[in-house]
Formats: sequence, structure tokens, C-alpha cells
Amino acid sequence: MKAREEILRRVRSALVADRQGRSSDAGGDQGKKDQGTSRGYAHTRDLPDRLALFVERVEDYQASVIRTRPDDVAAAVAKSLVGARRVVVPRGFNPSWVPQGLDIVLDEPALRADELDAVEAVVTSAVVGIAVTGTIVLDHTAGQGRRALTLVPDVHVCVVTADQVVGDVPEAVARLSSSVNAGQPLTWISGPSATSDIELDRVEGVHGPRTLRVVLVG
Amino acid sequence: MNKPATSNTATFLGMPPFPVAAREALANSQLRRNLRHATHTIRSKRARVVEELDDWEQLRLAGAAIKDDVLGNLGGYLEQLEESLTRAGATVHWARDAAEANQVVIDIARSHKVDEVVKVKSMVTGEIELNAALEAAGISAWETDLAELIVQLGNDLPSHILVPAIHRNRSEVRDIFLREMGKVGRPAEADLTDEPAQLAGAARRHLREKFLRAKVAVSGANFAVADTGTLVVVESEGNGRMCLTLPEVLISVVGIEKVVPTWTDLEVFLQLLPRSSTGERMNPYTSTWTGVTPGDGPQEVHVVLLDNGRTKVLADEVGRQALRCIRCSACLNVCPVYERVGGHAYGSIYPGPIGAILTPMLRGVGTDEATDALPFASSLCGACYEVCPVLIDIPEVLVHLRGKVVDSHRGGVPGALQAAMTGASWTLRRSSRLALAQRFAGLSGRVLGRRGLIGRMPPPLSRWTDARDAPAPSRESFRAWWARTDGGRSGAGSTAAGSTAAGSPSDTTDEGGEPR
Ligand code: SF4
Repeated sequence: MKAREEILRRVRSALVADRQGRSSDAGGDQGKKDQGTSRGYAHTRDLPDRLALFVERVEDYQASVIRTRPDDVAAAVAKSLVGARRVVVPRGFNPSWVPQGLDIVLDEPALRADELDAVEAVVTSAVVGIAVTGTIVLDHTAGQGRRALTLVPDVHVCVVTADQVVGDVPEAVARLSSSVNAGQPLTWISGPSATSDIELDRVEGVHGPRTLRVVLVG
Repeated sequence: MNKPATSNTATFLGMPPFPVAAREALANSQLRRNLRHATHTIRSKRARVVEELDDWEQLRLAGAAIKDDVLGNLGGYLEQLEESLTRAGATVHWARDAAEANQVVIDIARSHKVDEVVKVKSMVTGEIELNAALEAAGISAWETDLAELIVQLGNDLPSHILVPAIHRNRSEVRDIFLREMGKVGRPAEADLTDEPAQLAGAARRHLREKFLRAKVAVSGANFAVADTGTLVVVESEGNGRMCLTLPEVLISVVGIEKVVPTWTDLEVFLQLLPRSSTGERMNPYTSTWTGVTPGDGPQEVHVVLLDNGRTKVLADEVGRQALRCIRCSACLNVCPVYERVGGHAYGSIYPGPIGAILTPMLRGVGTDEATDALPFASSLCGACYEVCPVLIDIPEVLVHLRGKVVDSHRGGVPGALQAAMTGASWTLRRSSRLALAQRFAGLSGRVLGRRGLIGRMPPPLSRWTDARDAPAPSRESFRAWWARTDGGRSGAGSTAAGSTAAGSPSDTTDEGGEPR
């Protein structure tokens, strides 16, 4: 506990001058601070076609999107699996969205990481889609699986429904707050993993699934 | 209390010896070309995506205000964070300095009897030299970010916050992979080409073996939410997700300035950071976790709250704003000095404009000459402030620190002279700046008054005053100076003084920087 008390003491003594009222010319910082508590940024964005933008922005990341009607989801998922046959489907995933003829692997009991590594693809739902940034967010509740499921297999097919798609980050953060308060982890996914570490050449797919396919319902 | 300063200073000195040949190689045109390409590419991407948001300035204001609120009430927020984390099943540790933080990590690793950990790229573990400490304790630390892997396998130093291996080209990376991967794990295939996609594939296979078997992972965090106890890691490659998800034990080292008050505050930073950093609307992966989630991810979660000089920065009312930094690296990419000298020249894990202010404050002004030289490694062109998503007025802090350096060297050692001259060289460039500078900490008054630098000086200093009216010297002289003095580190004070001043950064600013 010694380090804790010492750090908190240092923090408080560093701020002592503030408490005593500082001189007005302490630096340009001060002025900014006074006008700064504003939250004048946009909390919602006015988007003419939210879903079209979502599709466009997801595709911007080299992830493909199929838009489909509610009764055609299974077909869209089948198409998105690009030939993968051994597929993990998490508990709680809508059964009518699962295509026929797959070799379905269940995460019960929980698969070891190396077992998961031997699976070709994973199909999940999501909790939020963000139009402006082309992001899908998983809170890893029913239908989405624990985090490792959407990480180790090389293909991730993610079904997002139209009502889950919000405009921009502030709306997403607001929607996700109940998940966070419930202690759920979140994974925000914007395209497949990528690196530009070698000569700034963008390479799609390093450690996460190298293929991300989004099925947008509605 | 001086311990952190000492251990900080060792950051680059304590790492594997940097071969002279490599150092020379770094001064070559390869580095220059790569850096130029990198900084220009990223900054134009950034400009494009920033342009898309019409509320960018409001977001910056909000980002700065949230961080200022955090800093002004840091004690309370830290206690709240600790409480939230504990409630969520995490174990909170506090570390006054690098040594304490490293010891916490070592003790946890030992309690699980492991001889290796996997690591997510993190500035803070670089700052505390965790890898070296673990190595000394017989524990291998595997870097899993591609660039960090290149740096680690190449026995090298990172040169950029965001793209640490930008000084290496593809064929060098291929050679490093072929030569080194087999020594520490799965070797690269012998027919590996130098295509970036192939190289990334080799890294994927090499690291996957490590991810799948690792028991303990070490990460940093971009943000720590006080009211929920949620940590956030923002990344691109998925190595972060691997480390945060697959191992049984997760240890996150978090600087005490990383706190944000509420979950909602992330709506600001998750817009500011990716756009400023990689120039994307959103980075590929952002992970958040709140302590332990039963049945999902590590079931033992530790958080190490680290001071290591941050409270010293906090105590500096002008410099404190540096603690708002979200490590986006936008300021590096617009900095004309950084573009020329590269990251290594800053002698710290934090390069570029932010490093020039943060390092001296973390270590303490007057610690050594190399550190004291940092606030002078700038032309004060202000480009860094323009792009900073949390409105850190880096030029203001630089000027402030220059004053402190000059003060700490009263008595006129060569280093102080060098410093004063470099400071004055900037001040004299424009009368408006002179006025500006005089508002800050009285620096220019002291420098100019005491040294009498206005007007001509006797030889050898006249070389410096003469240079004022001459055409800007070639930038080579500045680089040559950096090369010869090891970026000012060798303390070649008196011999370097003349050329330092003549070739000072302000003279080499030939683009972008100077307001005209
Ligand atoms: S100082 Fe500002 S621009 Fe530079 S890395 Fe920090 S947040 Fe980014």
C-alpha cells in the first residue's frame, strides 16, 4: 500500500497550487480550460441514408457486405462463407440464419485455442453497427460468442440488422453503455485486421480473421 | 524520488548495444526517405479524415477539457478507478517508478511459473524497459506487433510511435525474419520473399504459435474509465486482441494520466484518436474489458497504475498539458525536425515534439545534457499544436522548458551556452516571437539579457550571429551535428556549440513549418 499512498500524496501535492488559486498568467492552457468543458460536438449526425453509408464505409476497409431481406439471411451467410465448411456457431445465434450443410462446431464445452485454430470460419451476430466509421461492435452476449471465437478462425461472417446501425461514435457509445455496465467486454471491428508496418504498404489480415464479411439485414 | 529519472535515462542506453554500423545506417538516406514517405503519407490521410468532420474543433476542445478535468482531480479519479476495477474482479497495483512496475510484472509471471509472456505494443512498457527487466529475471517477452517484432528480432530501437520499424525496408525485414525467427520460435519459410503480405504472413505463423501457448500477457491501455473500470486498447493488427483474449493472465501497465472519468467520454477520444493517428475513420480493432468476464478471456486480470515521473509533470502548471497526450503521433508526422532526424535521435521511447517536452519533464530538467537538449530540438513552427487532437500547446511548453534548462545551468557550462544560443536563435527570428517568448517564464529576457546576444558577439560566437543574416545553411550541417554529437547526447558541448547554433533546427525548416 506504500506506493499507492505515495502516488496519491504526490498527485495532491502537485495540485496544491491549483487549490490555492493560481496566478492568472500561468500559461495559455488556462484560457482553453475555462471555455473547454463544452460538449459542442455533434451527438448525432444527419445522414440521408444511414444504411447505404454503412455499407460504403465497411467496403472501404476491403470487407464485403451483402444486403439481404430477413428471410434470405441463411443464403447470404452461405455465400459469405466462401467455401468454409467447419464453422463455429455460438450459442444464441438465430437458427434460421444458419445455412444447411455446414459442419457446425459448438463452443460447448469451450474449445481450446488450438481447436479453434483448426476451425475455418465463425458466424456471429453483432450489437451495434456504426455508419460513419463502418464499424461493427460485438458485446459477446448471446449469438456473438466469447471473444476468442471471432478472433482465431480466419473467416468472420457477421450478421448485422438494420436497427442496430447508428450514425456515428457517440450514438454507439450511448447504446453500448448498458453492455459495459453489465461488465461485458466489447470488440469494435472496422474491416479485417491490417498492418502498414512494412514501408507503409497496407496488408489486410495479420492476426485476426483475414476475411470479414458483413451481412446486413433489412 | 530520483529513481525514475535514472531508469528513464537508461531507456535506450540499457538496451542491447546499438552497433555503430547501424547508427551510421540510420543517418543515411534510407531512413530519410522512409521517414519522409511515412510522415507525408500519414499526414495527408489524417488531413482527409479530419476534414470529414465539421465538429473536429469541438471534439478537440472537449478532448482537452476532459483531460484537464482528469488532471485537475487526478487523485479522486484514480481512487474511483481502483474501486471500479476491484469491483470488476481486477487486482490493482501501484508503482512509483519503473523498477516497481517491472517487479510487479515479474512477481505475477513467477507466481504462474512461466518463462515467457506475450506483449501488446505499448509505449509505457517501453518507457519502463519491461522487456529488459523480464529478460534479467529469466522471462522472455515476445513483442507481437509486427513492427515491434521487426525491431525486437533486429535487436533494434523503435523510431516512430505508430510505425516503429519505419526505418527498415522490406528486404531488411525479410533478412531479419529469415535470420532470427528460427532462433526464438517457428522459423520463416526459406523461400520467403520481401512482399509485405508475405512478410506479414510469416509473422502471423510465427506469432500464432506463441499466442496459442502463452499463459501470461502484458499490455498497456489507451484509456482507463474511472466509473466503470473499463480498459481500452486501440490497435490494427489483432495481436492486441490475441494477447487480451487468449492467455489466462493479463497484466496491464497503465500510466496514471490515462484515466477518463466516464464511459461516455470515449465518444470523444474514439473519434479523435484513430483519425489523428493512422488517418482512418476507425482503427481495425478496439477492445474494451472490465476486470474479469467469467468464461471469456483472462480469468486473472491485473492493472498496474504507474507514476514514473508523471506527478512531476503534473506539478508543472505549464507543462502539465503534456499529460493530456493520447499518443496519436500526429505531431511527429508534421514535424520538420522529426522528419530529418528520425525517432532515434530523441534518445527516448517518446520521439518527436511530444518527446521533446515529455521526456525532459518525466526525467527532470537538469538530469543530463541529452535530456536538456530536447526542448531545443524544435523550430517552434507550431505545426504540432495545429494537429494535436487534445490541443497541447507544445511550442509553449518547449519555450517554458528552455527557460528551465537555462535556469538549471546557471554558471555557464558549455551545455548551457549551447542551449541559450539555440533558444535565442529561435527567438530572434521574428520580433513577434520575441514578444511571445517574453510572456513565457521570462525566458528570453534572461537569455538575451545575460548573454547579450542581440547584436554581434565576439568570435567564435560571431559565427552564430553572422549566420542570422546569411542564407539558411544546408540542413546537412544539422544532421552532421546530430550524428557527431549523438543527437547532443555525447555532451560535445563546446566543440559543437558553433555548429549547433549555426545549424540549429530553426534554420533547417525549409517547408511547412514557418508561418509566412
Ligand atoms: S502531443 Fe498531441 S499530437 Fe502529439 S502524440 Fe500527443 S496527442 Fe498526439
